[in-house]
Amino acid sequence: MIPDIFQYSFIIRGMEAGMIVAFIAPLIGIFLVLRRYSLIADTLSHVSLAGIAIGLFLGINPVLTALATTVLASLGIERLRDSKKIYGESALALFLSGSLALAIVLLSLAHGFNTNLFNYLFGSIITVTEQDVYVIAFLAVIVVTLLLAFYKELVYVTFDEEAAQVSGIRTRLVNIILIVLAALTVSLAIPIVGVLLIAALIVIPVVTALQLRKSFIQTVVSAEIISFFSVLSGIIVSFYLNLSTGGTIVLIMLAIFVLVLMVKSRWFT
Amino acid sequence: METENGTTLKTPARAIGVRVDHSKNIIEVQDVFFSYDGKTNVLKNITFTVHPGDYVGLIGPNGAGKTTLLKSMLGLLSPTRGEIRLFGQKISEFKDWYKVGYVPQKATYFDAGFPATVEEVVLMGRYAKRGLFARTTVEDRKLVKESLKQVDMWEYKKRLIGDLSGGQQQRVFIARAIVSQPEVIFLDEPTAGIDRQAQNDFYVLLRKLNRELGLTLVLISHDIERVTNEVMHIAWIDRTLESYSSPEEYLRMRKKEQIVI
Repeated sequence: MIPDIFQYSFIIRGMEAGMIVAFIAPLIGIFLVLRRYSLIADTLSHVSLAGIAIGLFLGINPVLTALATTVLASLGIERLRDSKKIYGESALALFLSGSLALAIVLLSLAHGFNTNLFNYLFGSIITVTEQDVYVIAFLAVIVVTLLLAFYKELVYVTFDEEAAQVSGIRTRLVNIILIVLAALTVSLAIPIVGVLLIAALIVIPVVTALQLRKSFIQTVVSAEIISFFSVLSGIIVSFYLNLSTGGTIVLIMLAIFVLVLMVKSRWFT
Repeated sequence: METENGTTLKTPARAIGVRVDHSKNIIEVQDVFFSYDGKTNVLKNITFTVHPGDYVGLIGPNGAGKTTLLKSMLGLLSPTRGEIRLFGQKISEFKDWYKVGYVPQKATYFDAGFPATVEEVVLMGRYAKRGLFARTTVEDRKLVKESLKQVDMWEYKKRLIGDLSGGQQQRVFIARAIVSQPEVIFLDEPTAGIDRQAQNDFYVLLRKLNRELGLTLVLISHDIERVTNEVMHIAWIDRTLESYSSPEEYLRMRKKEQIVI
């Protein structure tokens, strides 16, 4: 018979962590996508891999070291972009490949190409420890608090940076807040989908919701619904079919995206 | 604040130039130079003053530095030399930004796919007045309604900004500028890419804001014929300030010197 999914404590832990990630990712994603910053999520996720490597190397909780590395890197990226010494995308490319190189070197030093690393790369709710859940919940509280504080400013700066600046909003501070929030979100999503798929979690529900052409608030709510549905159904489906959780979640998100596109083109042509 | 389009609007705006309060200064531009690369000056030695109630048209050829000057007056760019004051304060120390409205050049910055309704866009104009964590209030929503009625866009409040015509979008951006109850509005080529009828309506709206609400307006435009009919002063910029005069005087000079812009 089908085993009862809720009798396993690791599933409960995974779902707790997954719900938090599902809630946070679109909230940051909406600003990143609309500002054409989608690649920042990808870059920061690669940076987080370097952080994980440092954690595995030193024997500290890798989520914590990933957090520290991504936040530092996000500040570095923003500073480099702001200085206009190099193009924005070039700054991203530097950090992306640089941190990947650092991760590989550290891991080879630690002889660490083991299953543990595989879980961090692709995510597995089995690896979610109780400590991870606490760390994720704590990060989520910080993210939500910062979002509540700067929500209006983020919306205005995203829509029209110049007009926002003229109205008296400190756009530079808001830009830094946004990239730090992206770093925090990437770190807290690692255990669920793994570093290679985080960007998908942040970007796809928002891109899907944008296809619906609704108001800002309705777009955020739609992205949230897509995100929750994908994460929860992804965890359940991957449990019963014995699939990779992260991969299943992202494939479900993509399926919804394609479905929305298809329904839209049928309605509007 | 609500007013109707009265017949008085047919009088040219400058005919009531007496309303300009010369005892106070809204903008003081003093010997301003600007350079992007430290070598060539995009702006040279520019000096003029805008008083409350004024309606100033900035005109000049492409690349003359009009937008650079406008952005310097908004604090978005810092002059390499000289000083700009807003409401008597140095621009670097100026804090009362709610007194300043801004309608940017439409084509360069606007993302038609942005998921925001007309109402949400105008509400942004109230954001800076509310501090961190604060939510928008009933008063904010009331002002949004008033502003949208001023520009005849209230019935479009639930529409997405990207679904409107260029002329309608510009009216919404005017509403966003006036919702913070500013004393001066800067507009960077607001009628570029808008059809003739919408342009006419737009200038009628600007006239209303200037004459009935007493708003000071500073406008960049390429449509010299139209602007000389609307404004009280023409600042003719070609890297330096070629002249700052009434539209009549500007037209006389232009005729005399056979200036082609």
